[in-house]
Amino acid sequence: MSLAEHPLRKYTRPHVKKTTTCPGCGNGIVAQAILWAIDELNREEGLSMDDFVFVSGIGCSAWIPSPLFAADTLHTTHGRPIAFATGVKLGLPRQKVLVASGDGDLAAIGGNHLIHAARRNIDLTVVMVNNGIYGMTGGQTAPTTPRGLNTITSPYGTMEPEFNVAAMVAAAGAPYVARWTTYHPRQLKRAIKKGIQKQGFSFIEAISQCPVQYGRVSKLGRATAILEHFRDHSLKLAKAREMSEEELAGKITVGEFCDRQAPELASQWSELRARLGKEQG
Amino acid sequence: MKAAVRLKPGTHFIEGNLALAEGAIAAGCRFMAGYPITPASEIPNRLSQLLPTVGGVFLQTEDEIAAICSAIGASWAGLKAMTATSGPGVSLMQENIGLAASTETPLVIVDVMRFGPSTGVPSVGLAGDVVQVARGSHGDYQIIALCPESPQEMYDHMIRAFNLAERFRCPVFVLPDGFIGHMREQVVIPPDQEIELAQRKIAPAGTTPLERQDFLDPEVAPMPVFGRGRQAHVTSSCHNGQGMRNLTDPEVMHAFATMPIEKILRHRDQIVEVAADYAPGDVVIVAYGTVARSARAAAQAARAQGLAVGTLCLKTLWPFADQEVAAAAQQARAVLVLENNTGQMLPYIKAEAAAHCPVQFLGPRLLGQIHEPNAVLTRVKEMMS
Amino acid sequence: MRTELTIAGVGGQGSITAGVILGAAAVTYDHQYAAQTSAYSSELRGGFAAAWVVLSEEPVLYPRVIAPDVLVAQAQDSIERFAKVLKPQGVLIYDSDMIAQPPAQITRAHPVAATSLARNEMQAAIVANMIMLGALCQVTGVVSPGALEKAIADAVPQGKQELNLRAFALGRERVG
Repeated sequence: MSLAEHPLRKYTRPHVKKTTTCPGCGNGIVAQAILWAIDELNREEGLSMDDFVFVSGIGCSAWIPSPLFAADTLHTTHGRPIAFATGVKLGLPRQKVLVASGDGDLAAIGGNHLIHAARRNIDLTVVMVNNGIYGMTGGQTAPTTPRGLNTITSPYGTMEPEFNVAAMVAAAGAPYVARWTTYHPRQLKRAIKKGIQKQGFSFIEAISQCPVQYGRVSKLGRATAILEHFRDHSLKLAKAREMSEEELAGKITVGEFCDRQAPELASQWSELRARLGKEQG
Repeated sequence: MKAAVRLKPGTHFIEGNLALAEGAIAAGCRFMAGYPITPASEIPNRLSQLLPTVGGVFLQTEDEIAAICSAIGASWAGLKAMTATSGPGVSLMQENIGLAASTETPLVIVDVMRFGPSTGVPSVGLAGDVVQVARGSHGDYQIIALCPESPQEMYDHMIRAFNLAERFRCPVFVLPDGFIGHMREQVVIPPDQEIELAQRKIAPAGTTPLERQDFLDPEVAPMPVFGRGRQAHVTSSCHNGQGMRNLTDPEVMHAFATMPIEKILRHRDQIVEVAADYAPGDVVIVAYGTVARSARAAAQAARAQGLAVGTLCLKTLWPFADQEVAAAAQQARAVLVLENNTGQMLPYIKAEAAAHCPVQFLGPRLLGQIHEPNAVLTRVKEMMS
Repeated sequence: MRTELTIAGVGGQGSITAGVILGAAAVTYDHQYAAQTSAYSSELRGGFAAAWVVLSEEPVLYPRVIAPDVLVAQAQDSIERFAKVLKPQGVLIYDSDMIAQPPAQITRAHPVAATSLARNEMQAAIVANMIMLGALCQVTGVVSPGALEKAIADAVPQGKQELNLRAFALGRERVG
């Protein structure tokens, strides 16, 4: 009896037989959301993996595209994938450039690149996997860790409020910003697909489970318990906007923070070159 | 603004930074990312005018880290890419200089060096970064560094830097100091057709990393640039020749660290350049950059007085001109090292020269000010007496 | 022969521009070699500004001015900074509107009322530096007038060539 091949296997490197994620990790859901989005775009618009460059930084979720995805992949230093991706996109404006990385990578050490990429509106799709903790280094506090949580480096409880990254990116000028959780894989896929289609900077925050580190420090435990927590605490943005700050405590607001048009950087460079009568290169 | 126009072939009287920017365009540079910093800012200023007129892109980044990262990204997109900064910017770039070396990325980094440490004196040139460009990133790696001493060489060295970067798939530094960056002098710009340009070899179409050697080839592997269906796998983690991450095999680790070094060192004869002007028995003044001019002026004055004085001026700082320094020291009566710093290259020069002859060091009387030829001559006479 | 020149003033007087034009004239139109450096204070107007030019028939090895053969002084501050390093037989060309009395030890001192000539005869204070360049050309001959005229025309904005060339000519006529 031959085993049926996974329908997304054709998008992964044939010699990569396993991933670098722990059992129960949300990375698999996010990886599938990205590849299902590409699969739909393949059927609807004829996009293939050859049309993509995937860029990631350092941390567990930076392993989503690299080495798994059968495409050009660039695995970079901690915090810097958006800066690398900016150069790739300006050099190859026709390629789809997708950054997949974590909350520590994109919102802590790389926060300034995120802000400025949103501001300059370069056509990147950034998928930020937010597990609220530093997983790979052993469960330290992240800027996204909920206030009061006892982590390895906040043994008496975090004193800092958690970072509302999606709202910050929307405020910095990104045309498309959405947040979903790994409990919402279809919505997540749709948001990523929309982000890829959007000509401009798009940011999709995927709240994800880390059963090993976050599950331990939050005492939520196993992956399914964290997913149930996401289910029970998620709240649509439209509804959240009618609620007070007290009522919103502990909730995860999900949905689209913005969806608008704005002049995009790489295409403006193409227009400038055309105006000056010069093709790229 | 109207489309900017490159300087025409012929003789111009321009400052070093402007010559460097013109050299970059002539070398085929089509991407520059940078952040304003004294004394390098004229380079992004000029390239922001010129790059779109030749089909290129200029990006002013949020910091120097983003500048080098986006330049590396553009290089993988297939463009000849560069950044330009000064010492504080290089300090910020260091982590990703290591990435460029280990991912074998062609890249030109200009460091118009200034008086440090720390914020120091931005407008005063000092050869303060000559070791940090080679040793400032963590781990073992090898870069190439060229050291111009005039606006003309700032033009010429940019063409050589891009050619070396393309040929050897590695970061190449151009290290003028702020003094010649801002100095005006005659610069002869040749017609484009007289300039020889190297282009990187690109991995064959229709192949995947498994069938190729993308990295760790001492003869320099063809580069699987992005956007051509090569499924390139580029990682700053330890990787094998196919680019596949491997953190368990000591053989792979060893090759990952050493092969990009060997790739450059085994071709050092194609890279290392010196200007030697000495005879056996001379006191040989070893210098580089702006103060090489002081060395030559002092030697000229000494010879006019009948004294046996020669010069060895280093055009490349890295790989270090070990054989050339040793050869000079073997014939020399003594070696006098001039540097516009407190002696950063001195240990490397001593290591080659001290076994053969006495070696002395002379910094400028006031750090950051170029040695006056008379001061050099006085020291040479002391060494002879 | 190597000639070292210092052109100094306060920021905004165009001393550095004058130095750049001098070097460009020598290199581009007079078959000489030149190296030109400059320095200025952080405040771009009203602070200190100076250009140094080394002219030679051979490539310039040492590019700095150690002891100028010629000092062009556009302000009292320039005298205070640079008169002491002028060579013993060195030439001083100074703006007599700005400098009342040059130091007594300088025997070869040439006044030109550059600021008032620029204001009153050119109706453009900005061209005082061209008047100083004219004076320098007339007194020293380090660069030919034809070369300087071409370099001025290259360097100044379109439509301002004639004004600047007249100022240059005026400096040549009126230097003392």
